[in-house]
Amino acid sequence: MSTAGSLVWFARHELRLAWRDWTTLLTAGNRRRVRIIAIAILVVAALMHLIAYAMLSDFIKEGVQADKATLLSLTVSALLVWSVMLSQALESVTRAFYARADLDLILASPADARKLFMVRIAAIAVAAIGMAVLIAAPFINIMALCDSPRWLGTYVTALAMGLAAAAAAVALVEFLFRTLGPKRTRIAAQVVAAIIGAAFVIGLQTAAILSAGTISRFQVLQSDVVLSVVPGTDSLLWLPARALLGEPAAVVIFLVFAIAALVTAIVVFSARFGANALAAGTATRPSTRQQGGGQRFRPVSQTRALREKEWKLLRRDPWLLSQSLLQVLYLVPPAVLLWQSFGARHAAFILIVPILVMAAGQLAGGLAWLAISGEDAADLIASAPIAPRAITRAKVEAVIGAVALIFLPFLIALAIAAPREALATAAGILVAAGGATAIQLWFRVQAKRSHFRRRQTSSRLATFAEAFSSIGWAAAAALAASATWLALIPAFLAAAVLTGAWLASPTRA
Amino acid sequence: MVAGLLKPDAGAISIFGIDALENPTAAKQIVAWVSDEPMIYERLTPFEFLEFVAGLWGVDAKLAEARARDLLAWLDLTPHMHERCEGFSKGMRQKVALASALVHDPRLIILDEPLTGLDAGSARLVKEVMRERVRRGDTVIMTTHILEVAERMADRIGVMAHGRLIAEGTLDELRRQAGQGGTSLEDTFLTLTAADSADLL
Repeated sequence: MSTAGSLVWFARHELRLAWRDWTTLLTAGNRRRVRIIAIAILVVAALMHLIAYAMLSDFIKEGVQADKATLLSLTVSALLVWSVMLSQALESVTRAFYARADLDLILASPADARKLFMVRIAAIAVAAIGMAVLIAAPFINIMALCDSPRWLGTYVTALAMGLAAAAAAVALVEFLFRTLGPKRTRIAAQVVAAIIGAAFVIGLQTAAILSAGTISRFQVLQSDVVLSVVPGTDSLLWLPARALLGEPAAVVIFLVFAIAALVTAIVVFSARFGANALAAGTATRPSTRQQGGGQRFRPVSQTRALREKEWKLLRRDPWLLSQSLLQVLYLVPPAVLLWQSFGARHAAFILIVPILVMAAGQLAGGLAWLAISGEDAADLIASAPIAPRAITRAKVEAVIGAVALIFLPFLIALAIAAPREALATAAGILVAAGGATAIQLWFRVQAKRSHFRRRQTSSRLATFAEAFSSIGWAAAAALAASATWLALIPAFLAAAVLTGAWLASPTRA
Repeated sequence: MVAGLLKPDAGAISIFGIDALENPTAAKQIVAWVSDEPMIYERLTPFEFLEFVAGLWGVDAKLAEARARDLLAWLDLTPHMHERCEGFSKGMRQKVALASALVHDPRLIILDEPLTGLDAGSARLVKEVMRERVRRGDTVIMTTHILEVAERMADRIGVMAHGRLIAEGTLDELRRQAGQGGTSLEDTFLTLTAADSADLL
């Protein structure tokens, strides 16, 4: 038994809370689901290993050489994964500061809160590692099984990357706290987290398009131009890549460096965690005087009042805007591709079609959740003298209007350059956005707007249906743009997904 | 149910002669409901929020604006009318919610625990608002756990226990029903609810 208030005692306490959160998330409180979930995890794991084997078999046959091209590709991949880890860790650190929950109790107790913060920083690292390992495990296992056991060292490298991400996230949030103050740090950190996760991959794709005219980032990394400017294979720059290859010395150096970084972050910043959490909790939000807000009431219809309210709330919430418009960031590469290929009949246009359709579906799903489930004054709206059907219609119009506003410039540009592709894209965007909105209507669960990030966990069925419907319509639009009747197959599958979602929806039940 | 949020399994609802089940839109037009948790949007200003609610209730813009300015002044919110509600205290939020409930000039106002979390000044203001509306001939239905407030303010009191209305009438009628004379509402309430619990057992 550990002494109350000790590091181990706090670790056990945190572990118990985390385990209960995790099981609730997976089973939604239904213990009978545990067996089904366990079987599902095993099936998915087996499937992922098969996919990993299919993807890596050629690579294994040719043999892995630690040449410049491989080291560069691995370094870029590691940076990509690390940026996602950092993004997740930034979110977690911000939550640790601002979601008071039990902090008032612990800070008011005679226990040394610093120990709790040490445990919480370590937990942030574990969460970041867990996510990366979950994705990478099938690939590591296949490489270890089919090539060499040294690949198991990659697990240690993933561990080191998670530790380094947590250390960097703690330091970055502390920096924001000192420079921006507790009032603004939360939004700033959340926006930075959202952008970091996406910016790296988008930047790389954009660079690939500009330099090589392809959307594949790896193709550009193999080009002679890039390989001629990167340092030789003996450079220290390749240490993370060598660690990923499982080279023992590189793994050890990288791990020691990451542990040192995290320990430093814990020692330096854990003492400030309590003060920061208190400052975050007591910081009154600045009273924002609304400039340019109407000084007079304007005559509007009931439905227009609802639509305008939705758009106004979205515009004024930088965090929600960054979260829901994150998909729009992914439109930068196709926009660059469109700009580059403009004026020439180019096969690249076909590539743009599914990206636009997919992004529209995802964006519409997020916006529809905000408008339908994330209504903060649902009872007020329900008690207004307006028919429920008119309320729903106004909200759907608000979603489709926002999607149209974002995608119309793309469609116009595409229509001038390639009318057939534009027509397929417009149809795809309409059905994908409509499908995602319909799913949100069928699976509506009243929630707070601030719970936007948790929307995916409220109904896994709705989340998967939304994703597969968007993928199906994106594939159908791409094939339709290529003028092939094969487009009917993914279109039929997407329609089947929507029908299935409707049949399984609680609204229908 | 009266506010149109829930559908009854059976029975009828008539609000000032309007059948709320047959014609819910017309019934909602003259009803306002104020929840114990103020239903407002953090990112809107009180002025914008009242404009939105007036739009929802289809009130003429000029008339609604004049009413909104009066209400905001009456509730001491004029200096904050163009500030977003996100930095407001519970009392200020409750006042914004109350103003929004009155902007369409309802004839029936339903208030759910309107004094919870309010400072003394705001609580008095809310009570004044209710009295004023009753003087004008409107109806105010208020739920409260603070029996002194009900005793001092209500013309008729309904006692709910285990989800049922077990007694209803003036304070004197309730005292008679409880077999007590001249006692406080608290004593009357406890006698009535204890009898109901005994009946249930």
